[in-house]
Amino acid sequence: MKIQSNFPANPKVSMNREARAAFFVRRKWINRAALTLSLIAMIFGVFWLMWILWETLWLGFGGMNLALFTENTPPPNDAGGLANALFGSFLMVALATFIGTPIGVLSGICLAEYHPRGPLAVTVRFINDLLLSAPSIIIGLFVYAIVVIHFRKFSGWAGAVALSLIVIPVVIRTTENMLALIPSSLREAAYALGAPKWKVIIHVTLNAARAGVVTGILLAVARISGETAPLLFTALNNQFWTNNLSGPTANLPVTIFQFAMSPYENWRQLAWAGVFLITLAVLGLNILARLLSRRK
Amino acid sequence: MTDRPSLSSASGRERRVSLFSNAFSDQIFGVATRGAALLTLALLLGIILSLVIGAWPAIDRYGLGFLTHNVWDPVQENFGGMVMIYGTLATSGIALLIAVPVSFGIALFLTELSPAWLKRPLGTVIELLAAVPSIVYGMWGLMVFGPVLARYVQQPLQSWLGDAPIFGALVSGLPVGIGILPAGIILSIMIIPFIASVMRDVFEVTPPLLKESAYGLGATTWEVIWKIVLPYTRVGVLGGIMLGLGRALGETMAVTFVIGNTNQLRSPSLFEAANSITSTLANEFAEAAPGMHQAALIYLGLILFLITFVVLVFSRLLLLRLQKNEGARV
Repeated sequence: MKIQSNFPANPKVSMNREARAAFFVRRKWINRAALTLSLIAMIFGVFWLMWILWETLWLGFGGMNLALFTENTPPPNDAGGLANALFGSFLMVALATFIGTPIGVLSGICLAEYHPRGPLAVTVRFINDLLLSAPSIIIGLFVYAIVVIHFRKFSGWAGAVALSLIVIPVVIRTTENMLALIPSSLREAAYALGAPKWKVIIHVTLNAARAGVVTGILLAVARISGETAPLLFTALNNQFWTNNLSGPTANLPVTIFQFAMSPYENWRQLAWAGVFLITLAVLGLNILARLLSRRK
Repeated sequence: MTDRPSLSSASGRERRVSLFSNAFSDQIFGVATRGAALLTLALLLGIILSLVIGAWPAIDRYGLGFLTHNVWDPVQENFGGMVMIYGTLATSGIALLIAVPVSFGIALFLTELSPAWLKRPLGTVIELLAAVPSIVYGMWGLMVFGPVLARYVQQPLQSWLGDAPIFGALVSGLPVGIGILPAGIILSIMIIPFIASVMRDVFEVTPPLLKESAYGLGATTWEVIWKIVLPYTRVGVLGGIMLGLGRALGETMAVTFVIGNTNQLRSPSLFEAANSITSTLANEFAEAAPGMHQAALIYLGLILFLITFVVLVFSRLLLLRLQKNEGARV
């Protein structure tokens, strides 16, 4: 029996020997060209990351000094640092994580443990995926409408609420995924010992999925520490040190935005230093999250 | 020995109490988790509702004519969103044009070409590119990339195409490196990781049996990708592209830095300062007086939300369809 290759399907099978050889050479060349282009695409992608990181490190590292962490944002053409912005950002990110995490974890538990199927889970999962990639500036508009207008002023609280709304979908997603990975024999063993459902979830399943859930929280923190758009009209900005979140609060992203768009050399310098700090923090958190989930 | 009877005798009431309290706390816990999950639904409804209420004065006054009216004049209270909508669509369009082929190449490289030891680090690098905050891209675009683009791309193009009828107009303008094209390029760099990682994931869904059969018949790597993997994963690839488009439409900071923030369309040039919906919101909203100006801005926000909403819903549905097919076809 003779096996005949009919791939790619075309009438050329019946061609004479030279034509077939030529066709084969052409196919090989097309293949080579396509794979070369794919290699170039890969290099193109990595090239941008390297370029951006290089410039950020190069221009930002020059601005590193102690004053950055001890002095407040200066007026134009004056020496100063970013202390108030760093502190304000830290407060709001911490608060947002504190608000968003329990809600996210509880919803994740609901999706994974209580209603893994059914209309509620399908809808919530779907909407959560939408919120995960919804424009963050829209979250800012929403919080403006419900918090800022209500209290008639921009405030750090509003900023924290806006950021927490970005934390929630990230935490829901990872919590649900991680809980779904826990083998059900673990749950059944706990039930067999007579444990009520909430104890099973908290002490057994959630405990077993701890590393994954923490990874999700770290990723959420990384995401919000660079978010600018939702803070523009919630926390606004503040050039002074404040630990009172009920007024406009200084924060790093908006400070960077203002300083970078300004014509003043010292402000631009500080903006680069700020971008350097944010990039470092975000990439650091991401790498930490990766290490944590790999060890699991 | 004495423990046992005492244990069972102590149980009677206490056990019932503890059972009751367990059942009770079980209920509370269940309600709490369900409430948290329902909060997500409430959040979406709340966003839509608050946008519609906030935009209502502008919707009432301008209606759908807002979409095609190209004047934005806060002083005269004459508002139309066409310039911003054009800016948003044009930058996202350019971004997709660049990002889709590049992401396809990257996904192809990661699934078929890369040596095994490189797969993981390269995948990580691409994913880290997605994690870099948009403000970093924006600042880099304004300070580093824009001037480079103006000097080494726009100026040569101007001297080359300067007198050509259509192309000349596309590259006219001051060579400062801001406008629709720089914004589109930076957006494309931002969405490449999203599209590439979705494409990589769906490529890996293709059953090895299919690919091996094609290889066994003598197909080249490219033929396997183009005629086996891509048709099999078409739906997922489209979903990934839509996901990237959704990102590009809603991206704020990267665009705001480099688009130039001008509320008029003075020329068709790709290097002329323009505005997108997000950049207009970022620049004007905090200073807008409550009233018609704010309502018009929220109206723009509502339009943006509806566009991204449709794109993202479409993307999710496509990706879900792929997941369902996976079970049926393998």
